[in-house]
Amino acid sequence: MATDISTAAPTSEVRKAGRRRLPPELSILAVMIGMMLLFEVLGWMFVGQSFIANPLRLRIMVLQEAEIGIIAVGVTQVIIMGGIDLSSGSVVGMTAMIAASLAQVAGYTHAVYPSLTGLNPIFPVAAGLVCGLIAGLINGSLIALTKIPPFIATLGMMVSARGVADWYTNGQPIGNLSDSFAAIGAGWWPVIIFLGVAFIFHIALRYTRYGKFTYAIGANPLAARVSGINVERHVILVYMIAGLLSGLSGIVHTARAISGQAGVGVGFELDAIAAAVIGGTSLSGGVGRMTGTVIGAVILGILTSGFTFLNVDAHYQEIIKGGVIVAAVVADQYRQRRRKGA
Amino acid sequence: MATISPSTAEIVRQSGAVPGAEYLLEVSSVRKAFPGVLALDDVSFRLKRGHVHALMGENGAGKSTLMKIIAGIYTPDSGSFKLKGQEIKLTSPLDALQYGIAMIHQELNLMDFMTVAENIWIRREPLNSLGFVRHEEMRRRTKELFQRLDIPLDPETEVRDLSVANRQMVEIAKAVSYDSDILIMDEPTSALTDREVEHLFRIIRALKAQGTGIIYITHKMNELFEIADEVSVFRDGRFVGEHKASDVTRDEIIKLMVGREITQMFPKEIAPIGDVALSVRNLCLEGKFHGVSFDLRKGEILGVAGLVGSGRSNVAETLFGVTPATSGAILIDGKEMAINKPGVAMDAGMAFLTEDRKASGCFLLLDIMANMQIALLRHGFATAGFVNERKIEALCHQQKNRLRVRTPDLEEPIINLSGGNQQKVLIARWLMTKPKILILDEPTRGIDVGAKAEIHKLITELAVQGVAVFMISSELPEVLGMSDRILVMHEGRMTGIVDRKDATQVRIMELASQ
Repeated sequence: MATDISTAAPTSEVRKAGRRRLPPELSILAVMIGMMLLFEVLGWMFVGQSFIANPLRLRIMVLQEAEIGIIAVGVTQVIIMGGIDLSSGSVVGMTAMIAASLAQVAGYTHAVYPSLTGLNPIFPVAAGLVCGLIAGLINGSLIALTKIPPFIATLGMMVSARGVADWYTNGQPIGNLSDSFAAIGAGWWPVIIFLGVAFIFHIALRYTRYGKFTYAIGANPLAARVSGINVERHVILVYMIAGLLSGLSGIVHTARAISGQAGVGVGFELDAIAAAVIGGTSLSGGVGRMTGTVIGAVILGILTSGFTFLNVDAHYQEIIKGGVIVAAVVADQYRQRRRKGA
Repeated sequence: MATISPSTAEIVRQSGAVPGAEYLLEVSSVRKAFPGVLALDDVSFRLKRGHVHALMGENGAGKSTLMKIIAGIYTPDSGSFKLKGQEIKLTSPLDALQYGIAMIHQELNLMDFMTVAENIWIRREPLNSLGFVRHEEMRRRTKELFQRLDIPLDPETEVRDLSVANRQMVEIAKAVSYDSDILIMDEPTSALTDREVEHLFRIIRALKAQGTGIIYITHKMNELFEIADEVSVFRDGRFVGEHKASDVTRDEIIKLMVGREITQMFPKEIAPIGDVALSVRNLCLEGKFHGVSFDLRKGEILGVAGLVGSGRSNVAETLFGVTPATSGAILIDGKEMAINKPGVAMDAGMAFLTEDRKASGCFLLLDIMANMQIALLRHGFATAGFVNERKIEALCHQQKNRLRVRTPDLEEPIINLSGGNQQKVLIARWLMTKPKILILDEPTRGIDVGAKAEIHKLITELAVQGVAVFMISSELPEVLGMSDRILVMHEGRMTGIVDRKDATQVRIMELASQ
């Protein structure tokens, strides 16, 4: 070409400075490790034992957070796309009941469906997943087609799904679940499931068209539409995936507790959102990574089990947890602003 | 010398004291670096009372950065500031306003859901003794201001109901309402039509007469000679030279800006005209436009002229399926198509560069690569949903080099690029889809001369390769220089199609205002 402007580019040293870009999760990973070390030190000071070198405690901690983590995997994608999902906790309650009702031991006379006892665990699992999918489909369709804010649509689902859970057995817990179903929640399975779905969607977000579209819609829905993306369809799809994962979490919880209870999952949606946000997902959409969310979930787990370990009163735990969530977002905002250089 | 505080400065200004210093503003040795770019390197700048000082330079030359520093939005890494001979330090936009420095931004910064009056007087609402806003008084002041500036708008209109041009006028009125000593205008005319530009110039002349100093950033040469007293030229973050507007020529300025000569602004090559690629019959979008019919042939550039708000952009959006037509027919290669969403248009070989880079073009949070590849993902480049990163990255690099996108690497967030470079990324996005019909809405708005010439050359090349181009532009020289035929619109109607050989500025303007 006749013109040449490339010769007068910015000086090379400045360029290099801009090039070295560390993955954003590193800082949050450092926070996680710092927190573990802090509890370790506090443990030796006040309790006289190690925080980290206690496999039982670590296992309880990880198992607790696995259920939140599975939800957070879905919620992260919804938030990256510029949405929000408040219904996850209630969907956990709803799927817990539906899955449990199909997982009761053979011949149990007081079963919810006496003719449907002793089924292969595939059935309760499938029913739970479909139930989550449907909740997600309704969420997504409401948001994409009626254009109501995601906050409102999923708030409606939050209330209704909890209603379904309560209505299902008039609030009665469902017990006597089969061993084969309970096996899903036994041992390390919840953790494996959590890390499995996190890995799958990490890959999906980074390397597939699905992921690129999710980021694009979160960053600028109008530009996404003009670029030929079927925004409505994609929004519905992402909410369905979030619903599916909530359902999965409900199944895992039920199997682990070996009982279906209508009240489970209350507040899970907020913990899941917190995990995503601590992990660096931006509530305004377009920014976020699955690895960050996994670390975010672990941080929440460390907080809970660390405080319990130190015998801190449960009320104080909540107060401090709130502060940590806010601090994480403040730190993240600060970092982003610095990156933009303004 | 002791620095004076912003609040003291404000009181002094309100007392009506006339400053003694010859220069309203003297900025010296300013340096500012952003991650990856040294935006300003040892830049100095002086502004005289009652003068219009134009700033010229390509995108990324540092003009906007310098202005943002003067307006207190950015803090410089080093450098000194003198306001009317007094050393000052700006820490926020509010400081700048109190010192008497107001800025009209390139991007519109109005609040959509508030009225015009509320927008203008924000933070300075007239209050009664209880602290409530006196709406009547606010409206009166707005009316008075609009009368003074001859702006025919209702202060009670909500900003979202205004056209882009009218929003720009509100921005201008807002800046003027500060009665500041220094007014910075960052490309104020990019969204304005000729008539409104005239209006703006009348306002500027009146302000000049009152002693206001005006810093005027523009890419338009003719504006420079019409309104400016001095011109400072920037290149790559450096100050290149200051001249009196009366003793410098257009070519000299271009030479300073790009460091070389641009031989030809509109390199029109006559391309072989092929078959009809796009045929539009009686197209209509209720409430926006009606009765639009034309044929667009392969290799042809159809320019579209008309005032802002004449329905030009609506036609483009309807062709691409963003807002599907309410009636009429669109035929592609002779086949009627129901284009009801952008995906359908893209599958039919269309591409659409939108008018508003920020609102409907860029994914500002994402990096350059993500921005470039997004339209391509529809056309394969994925196996079982997995994107072929390596192949796409190679293509992106190729486009980056072809269009000379100035960036350290493709992983830079697009928000860090200058407007011209962002535009190049968006053009690359569409070129990668190998379109047969290219719809361009203001392809060179807010772009420096160098990049502009490159884009013009590119459009011509594409036409020679047989691409049918539908190009909307507010710049008549661009439309006249580039097009084979020119379609003119006025208030939602097509008022005519003029052949290249019959097209003159006068003829087009007649049709555009008929």
